Amino acid sequence: MDKIIDIQNLVKQFDGFTAVNDISFSVHRGEFFGLLGPNGAGKTTTIRMLYGFSPPTRGTLQIFGMDIKADFRKIKSRIGVCQQENTLDPDLSVKQNLHVFAGYFSIPKKEAAERTEELLDFFALSHKKDAKVIELSGGMARRLILARSLINRPELLILDEPTTGLDPQSRHQVWEKLEDLKKSGLTVVITTHNMEEASHLCDRLVIVDHGKILVDGSPEALIERHAGSNIIEIEGPDQTLIEYVKEHDIGHDDLGRRLILYETETKDLNNTIRERFCNEKCIYRNSTLEDVFLRLTGRGLRE
Amino acid sequence: MIDPKAFSWRFLRVWERNLVVYKKIWKVNFLTPLLEPLFYILAFGLGFSGLIDNVHYGGVDFSYTAFIAPALIATAVMWNAFFETTYASFVRMYYQKTFDGMLATPLSLEEIIIAEIVWSATKATGAATIMLMVLGLLGFIQFPLGLLLIPLAFFGGLAFGAIGMFFTGITPTIDMFNLPIFLFITPMFLFSGTFFPVSNLPVWAQPAALAFPLYHLAELARRFSIGTNETAPIISIVYLIVFFLFFTSLALSRMKKRLIQ
Repeated sequence: MDKIIDIQNLVKQFDGFTAVNDISFSVHRGEFFGLLGPNGAGKTTTIRMLYGFSPPTRGTLQIFGMDIKADFRKIKSRIGVCQQENTLDPDLSVKQNLHVFAGYFSIPKKEAAERTEELLDFFALSHKKDAKVIELSGGMARRLILARSLINRPELLILDEPTTGLDPQSRHQVWEKLEDLKKSGLTVVITTHNMEEASHLCDRLVIVDHGKILVDGSPEALIERHAGSNIIEIEGPDQTLIEYVKEHDIGHDDLGRRLILYETETKDLNNTIRERFCNEKCIYRNSTLEDVFLRLTGRGLRE
Repeated sequence: MIDPKAFSWRFLRVWERNLVVYKKIWKVNFLTPLLEPLFYILAFGLGFSGLIDNVHYGGVDFSYTAFIAPALIATAVMWNAFFETTYASFVRMYYQKTFDGMLATPLSLEEIIIAEIVWSATKATGAATIMLMVLGLLGFIQFPLGLLLIPLAFFGGLAFGAIGMFFTGITPTIDMFNLPIFLFITPMFLFSGTFFPVSNLPVWAQPAALAFPLYHLAELARRFSIGTNETAPIISIVYLIVFFLFFTSLALSRMKKRLIQ
């Protein structure tokens, strides 16, 4: 398959602090690729290196087969970036934001006007085209940033937490648009804290922590491999249960008041646990990507 | 350090962006350069005319108002360009994240910074042109020679825009711009041969005035409007070119350090 992004042994250091520590991955044409990790794991740093904002300390970073340092202008003209922060231009109207941005890509004025209309329509913003950016709701502002990142008809779209801070309605609307883009064959790299978003949209993802890649795979495969298909959560576990779990070597997280058991079905222990230990409250549920994430990156607060 | 690939005509797109924004509020922007010279000429012309006789400058005697009129244009160039690349650029860079957005496009940081400086010179030229018309109507400018003040304003604007951009690269907060304004711009405004000839200063203070870029801009402004000056124009021109190049390269390296991590 055609490699859009190829990263080998990428390192980024700031004043002696290593934010990205020797990571390698590649993204193929048409893939929807997720970069997951807790705060401070190195996601945004990696993303910033991808779109040439931040120069790598070491390693190679190739996009479309070109080196980001040598060919930054060619690469940047073919990618779209949706930054985490709101970088819309508050001095300009909604329409002008797209139109002026098109200018930065040297898109001819007539074509820029056409694409502006098209994108405002696609993101349901046509009725706000003359509004000031400051008058937009959070969801509309996000959609406008997304629209802006598509103004140059990119072959690669980079999204840094595109739905953070949105209400469920706006979030679902953004997902819908992202799925449309995915269907059109666009290659996408996304970072997110929303595990539902990642399992919903990503074909493949990596979980990073402390600047390193922990795992790599499709959401389904990762869930299967690291959490099993089912999970049992037991409230107020007693000592005998904990001993039983240890004795049978069952994957678990002991949170004190709550015990989480992974991969019980592979050991055929579901029924035993149900009969012997579920005196109080037991929850049987499907495993999710969130379980994988927490299991791999731990439950300690990061900030 | 300097990467030639990072410079292209694409910077004009950023310049254009500022023009689009300026057009929205041009009426307000128009008013200051229109009224400012009138206020000064009224205050100094009417108020001081009884107190001050003619000013002897460059071997010729001028009325006091005729002496300060060209310098008013020079100071307007300084204020306009310096304010644009300090307060206005800082707001765009820090509060509005406009530069961050631009850096996700084929634009380089170098082009953004150059565009900001060129834009500040453009704005200064607009203000100077309006003042030139007002002062011309009042009879303080010789035409057609005075038309040279328009390219001169752009040239001077580049110099003051560049040093403003340098301060934007190093200032931690927007309030800290008070410092260069209080320690650099205001003394320059007063002591650059603007309101009295530098030859009136004590001998020890004269070289200090000659080190100010505003002195050289005011000198050139008088050359092009009342046809005389104290220092050879070539010295002033070279001074301003060197000043512009020096502070542009300094501004570029400071902004790189500030924004690219």
